[in-house]
Amino acid sequence: MTVKLYIDAIHDAIQEEMRRDDSVFVLGEDVGVRGGVFRVTQGLMEEFGEARIMDTPLAESAIAGVAIGAAAYGMKPIAEIQFADFIMPAVNQIISEASKMRYRSNNDWHCPLVIRAPYGGGVHGALYHSQSLEALFYHVPGLKIVMPATAADAKGLLISAIRDPDPVLFFEHKGMYRLIKDDVPDGEYTVPIGEAAVRRQGADITVITYGLMVHHALEAAQELESEGVSTELLDLRTVAPLDRDAIVAAARKTGKVLIVHEDNKTGGVGAEVSAIIAEEALFDLDAPIARLCGPDIPAMPFCPPMERFYMLDPDKIATAMRRLAAF
Amino acid sequence: MSRHSELGLSDDDVRNMYRYMLMARALDERLWLLNRAGKIPFVVSCKGQEGAQVGAAFALEAGRDYVLPYYRDLGVALVFGQTATDVMLSGFAKWEDPNSGGRQMPGHFGSREHRIVTGSSPVSTQIPHAVGVALAARLRGERLVAYTSFGEGSSNQGDFHEACNFAGVHRLPVVFFCENNGYAISVPVRKQIGCERVADRAAGYGFPGVTVDGNDVLGVYAAMKDAVERALRGEGPTLVEALTYRLNPHSSDDDDRVYRAREEVEEAKSRDAIITFGQYLHSVGVLNTERDGDLRKEIAQLVDAATAYAEKAPYAPPEEALKYVYAD
Repeated sequence: MTVKLYIDAIHDAIQEEMRRDDSVFVLGEDVGVRGGVFRVTQGLMEEFGEARIMDTPLAESAIAGVAIGAAAYGMKPIAEIQFADFIMPAVNQIISEASKMRYRSNNDWHCPLVIRAPYGGGVHGALYHSQSLEALFYHVPGLKIVMPATAADAKGLLISAIRDPDPVLFFEHKGMYRLIKDDVPDGEYTVPIGEAAVRRQGADITVITYGLMVHHALEAAQELESEGVSTELLDLRTVAPLDRDAIVAAARKTGKVLIVHEDNKTGGVGAEVSAIIAEEALFDLDAPIARLCGPDIPAMPFCPPMERFYMLDPDKIATAMRRLAAF
Repeated sequence: MSRHSELGLSDDDVRNMYRYMLMARALDERLWLLNRAGKIPFVVSCKGQEGAQVGAAFALEAGRDYVLPYYRDLGVALVFGQTATDVMLSGFAKWEDPNSGGRQMPGHFGSREHRIVTGSSPVSTQIPHAVGVALAARLRGERLVAYTSFGEGSSNQGDFHEACNFAGVHRLPVVFFCENNGYAISVPVRKQIGCERVADRAAGYGFPGVTVDGNDVLGVYAAMKDAVERALRGEGPTLVEALTYRLNPHSSDDDDRVYRAREEVEEAKSRDAIITFGQYLHSVGVLNTERDGDLRKEIAQLVDAATAYAEKAPYAPPEEALKYVYAD
C-alpha cells in the first residue's frame, strides 16, 4: 500500500497497463508533450513514445471514432476527452457506434475502448468546464460508466476498464485530482466494474452517492454522528450498470434513503436509483426517498456565489440528512 | 496490348470483375422485386454503381486489407467474400445473416472473417473507423490498407473532415472512396458541395484527391491501385472520387420521380458500366455472347438458390434480441 493522489493513481493505472500490454495506447488532445492539461499522462510519452501517447488533432469525434476503429481492429485504446463538456461532438460515435458495435454485428465485432473524461464543478470552470454528463450516457445500453471516488478505486477500476471487452466511459472528477489521496495497493490491482462499496456502516439513514459527493457525504455523516444519527453510506462507483443488490440492501438496512449527486436532478442517475428502490424495497421504507442534486439549470455559472449555489457541499448534504433522519 | 493487361489484370481477372458486377446487379434486382412483392421490408440499391465498386475492390486485397463500406457497396462486400446467400439472408433478416443475425437493415455490411467492419446508418461514422484501423495496423506493424466508402452528400459530415485530417496528419494508409452518384436522396450535388469536386477537398488535408469516371471500371481500378500502392509505400491517404449514377431511387421507400427527370435516368442507363464493360470485354475477345449468356444464367441460378434458401431459413428467436449488449 502506498498513499497516492487520485490523479497519480490514474496515471499509474495507464502506465502499468501499457507496460503489461502493448495493445494499450492513449490518444487525445495535449496528452503527449504536455502530458495532459491536468497532467494525468505526464511522463508517459517519454516512456512509451509518440505513437502510443498520441497527440491528436483537436477534433473530438475523430478521437472517439479513430479509437473505435482501432478497438475494432484489436487494440485497447484509451481516448482522453479533455473536459467531459467537450464530449458532445463525439456523442454520435459513442452512442451510434461504440455502444452498438457488438449488438449490431451479432457479437462478431466489439469495441474494447476506454474514454476518460474529467467532469465536475467547483473549480471555477463555468458552464463548459464543470458539467456532469453521466445521465446523458446512462440511458444507453452497451456502455459502461465508471465514476470512482477514491484513488484506490480510480486505479483498480481504470485497469478493469482497460481490460473490459466493451466500451467504458471513465469519468474523473477534476476537483478530486489533487484533493483526494488514499492507500492504493501496489502493482496489479483491479476493482470489478458494477460493484458498489459501503463506505460507512450505519443504522438510521442511508446515503447513496458517487464521485466527489462521496467525500462531502462522509464529512456530513461525521457531523451527524456527533448529533446521534448514524449513516450507512453507499458509493456506487459504477453508475452503469448499477449494483442493484447493493442499492436495495442499503435501502432496506435503514429504511430512509437520501440520494446525492452533483449532476442536476431531473432524469439523473438518482432517478433510476430511486426507481430501483421503489420497485424492490418500497415496503421496507420508513420515509419517502429523498434526492439532493444540482439544480435544473443548464450548467454551473462562473461567478463564485452562483457556483457555490450550484455545488453541493457537506453542509447542504448534512441539512438534507437531518431532515430525513427526523422524518 | 489490351488496356486491362497494361494495368496488370489478366483475362480471368476482368471476367471475374464482370461476374461480380453482374452478381451485384442480379442480387439488387432480386431484392427489389422481393420488396415490391411484399416479401422483404426494405432495400437500398447499388444499381448503377457496381462498376465503380468492383473496380475499387479489385485494387484491394481481400484477406489483407480492411473495408468499411457504406450501405450501397454491395460490389465491395461480394469481392471481399460475402456470397449471394449471405446477401439474401440479410435481405430477409434471417438469423444466419452474417452481417448482423437479422438485426440490421440490408446494406449494413460486416463480417470479421472477411475484414468487413460492421457499419451503421448514420452516414460517415465509418470514415474515422477506417483511420483507426489504419492507425492500429501501423502500431502493430501490419502492412495493409483501410478502404472506406461514402456518398458525396456524406462528404459534408464532420466525421469525413475530421477523419481526413487525422489521416493526413499521420500519413495513414487509408483510401477514402467517394461514390458520387449525384444525389443525396433528393438533393443534387450542386446543393451539397461548394467546390467543384469532392476530390478537391483532399487538398485541405494534405493528400491527393482524384476524380475518375465511375462507369470506367478499369479507370477506377487504376486510380485505386495508385492509391493503394501509395498507402502501402507509407505515403499516406488518397481520396478517390468516382463519378457514378444511382439508377434506382435512394431506397425502396423513396420515389425519385419528384426530383429527377426520367430522361436523365434513361440517359444514365446508356452509360451503365455493366453494358460498357461488357462491350469492352467483347471487343478484346475476353467475352462472347455465348459466354456472357452462360454467366448470366449461372448467376441467376445462384440468386434463385440463395433466395429459396434465405426465404426458408429461420428467424432468430425473439429472445435473441436480449443477447450481445455486452460480452457476458
